[in-house]
Amino acid sequence: MAATLDLAESRARPLRRRLPRATSRRTASNATRRLVRVASVLLCIALWQALVRMRVSLGIVTFSNVPSPSDVMQAFAVQLHSPKLPMHLAASVVRVLSGFCAAAVTGVALGLAIGRHRLLEDTLLPPLEMLRPIPAVAWIPLAILMFPSSELSMVFITFIGALFPILLNTVHGVDAVDHRLVATARSLGTGPIALYTEVIVPGAAPAIFTGLAIGMGTAWFCLVTAEMIAGQYGIGYFTWESYTLQNYADIVVGMALIGAMGMGSSALVKRLGLLLTPWYRLRGEKQ
Amino acid sequence: MTVAPVAQHRSAHVALRALTVEVGPPHRRVAALDRLDLDVPPGQFVCVLGPSGCGKSTLLAAIAGHIATKEGYVDVDSARVEHPHPDRGLVFQQHTLFPWKRVIDNVAFGLKMQGIGAAARRREAQRLLDLVGLSGYASHYPAQLSGGMQQRVEIARVLINRPRVLLMDEPFGALDAQTRRKMQALLLELWASIRTTVIFVTHDIDEALFLGDRVVVLSRQPARIVADFEVPFTRPRTEASTLDPAFVGIKRDCLGWLSEPA
Repeated sequence: MAATLDLAESRARPLRRRLPRATSRRTASNATRRLVRVASVLLCIALWQALVRMRVSLGIVTFSNVPSPSDVMQAFAVQLHSPKLPMHLAASVVRVLSGFCAAAVTGVALGLAIGRHRLLEDTLLPPLEMLRPIPAVAWIPLAILMFPSSELSMVFITFIGALFPILLNTVHGVDAVDHRLVATARSLGTGPIALYTEVIVPGAAPAIFTGLAIGMGTAWFCLVTAEMIAGQYGIGYFTWESYTLQNYADIVVGMALIGAMGMGSSALVKRLGLLLTPWYRLRGEKQ
Repeated sequence: MTVAPVAQHRSAHVALRALTVEVGPPHRRVAALDRLDLDVPPGQFVCVLGPSGCGKSTLLAAIAGHIATKEGYVDVDSARVEHPHPDRGLVFQQHTLFPWKRVIDNVAFGLKMQGIGAAARRREAQRLLDLVGLSGYASHYPAQLSGGMQQRVEIARVLINRPRVLLMDEPFGALDAQTRRKMQALLLELWASIRTTVIFVTHDIDEALFLGDRVVVLSRQPARIVADFEVPFTRPRTEASTLDPAFVGIKRDCLGWLSEPA
């Protein structure tokens, strides 16, 4: 799960690029390091292939039923030409997007309100804090009972999963807005609504985007679980169905696709965040 | 650097009457200001000098309208201060530019809040940037400027509202000695053309004597006025004025007042 994305990581990159010129030794060592990293990944895949080929069984774990990387590649090539895979992917993307968008709107709106008003903090936060430790996945049975449509119950699970990281990061971001910025804005004639649009929202934006990127990761995590239990179509359903139909290679195809989709969508949110908060990368840079 | 005259600046009379302000959490209120009386005539440059943590910032916050008074009141041109208002411009020590706005939009912010269109407010903001010597930095973000440049932007941003009172809370406290001296000179130059009332808080005796028409010395918390005198040096003041024996004499007096036990 790509849940621990932070905007901070990509902040360092443009600074490094600004260095006058890297020494040749450094570029050489960078190339070596990249080579080592690629080799490490290849080695792991080779090890996996070997374990499966030799049907290694260690008593508590066995590789005899695990598909090998070559089987997975073949299965993937077949799936690429199957009309069903796009349907599964589309079903999952639609669910994630609906759940995530609902969570983004709710989480940011609640977070902005809770972060600024003590009364709202005291009334809204305690019930939310009570619900927070319950993993979204634990909501599945109740969600099935609550929503007549299984489609909606899955979207709801996704929503719950994405809501809390977004909400808490927003509250934190609003709290962290320097009170002197607020005082300055008010001294410059800012009214209560403009204070939100001009100061609070942009001030909390980097934290909000961190929350959105994490929320996107948890949304995928929760959706896949929900699909395994309640779904028809969807990439989680595809993975589980492959198990029940004994298409073992497709299980790994499904797993890889889930990972790629989760990572890709989180990276997309993160990129969008950097695009919308161009000043944030500049912190620490001086003339 | 020459400063073009700025038109239509008004300056206010500031009156504090028995001003008492308490700070801290509800269960542990402490008096920061204790029955303070002060009159600042229009156009005067007053420096408020006091030991660290004596309540100087609280005094400015009360005049700005950011904190409620317990007793007494603040009047600006006979109107009671109850809320912040762009007429009373406040400049903090540092890092109060909006990091997400480019320099020009930081300066234009006050006009935006008045509902003035983008083209008109940017034109005016550019004029103020010219005034503080930052013509070429309009499209930079604050993080790309040095501390001294950021303070210039702060001053430009507050002046765009044509404040009747300029409240400055150790605005140059975080700058190195050389930059601070330059900024003091720039501030005096600007003030010579706008002649707004200035209340300038500092713990730096040299700074107070170099800038002020008048110096008010506060005691430790709760702050009371322990000295209030006119600075007898003619303007324009230079580096040489600070070496004058009379200057050194007054400085010694100030040191004495500041080290007095409460």
